[in-house]
Amino acid sequence: MSALSLHKKIEENTGLLIFGILLVSAIGGLVQILPVLNQKSLEEPTVNTKPYSAIELTGRDIYMREGCSVCHSQQIRPLIAEVERYGPYSRAGEFVYDRPFMWGSKRTGPDLHRIGGKYTDDWHRIHLIDPRTVVPESIMPGYPWLAERAASETGNIVAKMTALRKLGHPYTDAQIAAAESDLEGLMEIDALTAYLQILGTGLDEEIAR
Amino acid sequence: MTSATIAQGHDPLAETGEVYEDAVVIRLIQFSVLWAVVAMTAGVYISAELLWPTIDLGQFWLSFGRLRPLHTNGIIFGFGVSALMATAFYSVQRTSHVRLFSPALAWFCCYAWQLVVLLGGLSLLAGWNTTKEYAELEWPFDIAIAVVWVIFGVVFFGTIARRKIRPIYISNWFYGALIIVIAMLHIVNNLAIPVTVDKSYSLYAGAQDAVVQWWYGHNAVGFLLTGGFLGMMYYFLPKHSGRPIWSYRLSVVAFWAFTYSYIWAGPHHLHYNAIPEWVQSLSVVMSVILLAPSWATMINGIMTVSTAWEKLKTDPALKFIVLSLAFYGLATFEGPMMSFPSVNVVSHFTDWTIGHVHSGALGWNAMITYGTFYFMVPRLVGAPLHSVRLANIHFALALAGTMLYIVAMWGAGVSQGLLWLSVDEIGELSFSFKDVMTSMQPFYALRLIAGLIFLTGTLLMTYNLFKTLAGRQAVVAKAPPVDPAYAINKEVTA
Repeated sequence: MSALSLHKKIEENTGLLIFGILLVSAIGGLVQILPVLNQKSLEEPTVNTKPYSAIELTGRDIYMREGCSVCHSQQIRPLIAEVERYGPYSRAGEFVYDRPFMWGSKRTGPDLHRIGGKYTDDWHRIHLIDPRTVVPESIMPGYPWLAERAASETGNIVAKMTALRKLGHPYTDAQIAAAESDLEGLMEIDALTAYLQILGTGLDEEIAR
Repeated sequence: MTSATIAQGHDPLAETGEVYEDAVVIRLIQFSVLWAVVAMTAGVYISAELLWPTIDLGQFWLSFGRLRPLHTNGIIFGFGVSALMATAFYSVQRTSHVRLFSPALAWFCCYAWQLVVLLGGLSLLAGWNTTKEYAELEWPFDIAIAVVWVIFGVVFFGTIARRKIRPIYISNWFYGALIIVIAMLHIVNNLAIPVTVDKSYSLYAGAQDAVVQWWYGHNAVGFLLTGGFLGMMYYFLPKHSGRPIWSYRLSVVAFWAFTYSYIWAGPHHLHYNAIPEWVQSLSVVMSVILLAPSWATMINGIMTVSTAWEKLKTDPALKFIVLSLAFYGLATFEGPMMSFPSVNVVSHFTDWTIGHVHSGALGWNAMITYGTFYFMVPRLVGAPLHSVRLANIHFALALAGTMLYIVAMWGAGVSQGLLWLSVDEIGELSFSFKDVMTSMQPFYALRLIAGLIFLTGTLLMTYNLFKTLAGRQAVVAKAPPVDPAYAINKEVTA
């Protein structure tokens, strides 16, 4: 059967057309994406990469809710200028507990992957409420409501950690049991600050230096 | 074209044809235009926030991070998908010579989709956000989208299955690929474990999640914003210019090449990121290959209209469609160029990406949709367009707005990319992040003006189409008799 007459068949048959499209469009994913999903080395955490604590996880969920990743990447490319500006380039093993990944696609503001430890907690609190009090030129929005809402109201922390454990994050029963009391007395801004402070600290100290 | 000519000549046989279901098409056009206005207004507003960051007034729901996903999702799923459903329903009936399979399901599809867009948009303002780009909606909406999408597929393929014309026309392949591939991408990328109604965690983590997300993100652009709208082009351009497709064989070859090669290009969104290098390299090769089917389709479209240039003088609808092909050509050339690591190293993370997206979204998607709406609406209600002059003004505004937008973002993006990478003779960074950021203000101001110009044009169209539709019903359109040469043969099973 020549190619043309084969095509004539597809062209006149709804079922064959559907099947043909599905087959042809699936090949790329099967050859290129599936091997990546099976590559175990991408699931190996770097030395100091730990699952997020109850507070950090809550902070990360606030980061997601406010859409911070729209303007801030978390991915330092292995380029001289980037390593100078932000710190050691990002390794896959630092993100194994990131569901979803938040590498971002746009830097309206600076990259935040190595922001952890660069500023004090107080600086972050002031900056988050009104960025222009510490950086007059900043075009970042203020997040005053984060200082008014309790971190315990951000979501169901026990359900979250239980769900993540199902996905393979090594939380202990004790960690999950203590999760609610960990959040007690904290505001959302504290949780978000805790998350920002842990960012990028998962590397071996040897490499980080 | 022969069958269409007979129909216009009041052939008595025409009386026997099925009546097309067109009221649902009109309703989808109305929703599409509404979402365009809402989502573009959100876009203009957030572009102003980059100049005056306090105009969110301390309100969480006006915050940039929440309005930006509303802007993108409103354009893609509200404006774009409603337009694709409208044009798919319109053209599949006319290329199959039958009424829609189950008009009731088509109406359900129409309203259920609008409900998903409305509630989904509100959920984004409430902060339900998975953060995966163009897949930000949380799991209850993902399920609803999948269900409505399957029903869209049932109506569409059901109509093709009961067609009276033997060959399946090329526009239907592109709409078909839209339905099938988007279903595959949507389901795989959104797999997650639900925690509460507003929260879920992705089944994939870190680098693996990144690769899955950009397989989705790139191909949502590929099969929705490119492929779906090519379906629109393949029906409405020949119809409107009164010329058959220049090379039907080229359209067939380009379709399969497009469907095969697009899907590989996603990881070019992750150059120099922490994913395997072979995946990045492969995506570059496939991105460059992709230029061939993309431009083959553009050339096919331009050649189709090449003997009908004189119509451009009098017909704003055709002007929009032809110009959209030029922007399609620009965007599909720029894309592969930006996939080269040496270019990407500058363009990645900058406003260049935003400019690239808008040369596609404004120049290609919006323009071809506007041209198609100007073509369809008068025909659907059997009345002339309220004002051709307003449509011509709209054309000028759309072109000016798009050009200014792209130029502003090229300026912003290329400067950001080069200044960030710049180091002096002893290897120190030449500019702080703050220096570069503050120098963006003139570009952002230009972009705001560009957005306002484009939005003004869209508002003019909204008024124009509303006045054309006001007080009118869909005219009764019947399927014309089928040319015996193309009639379904009983032995051929559909």
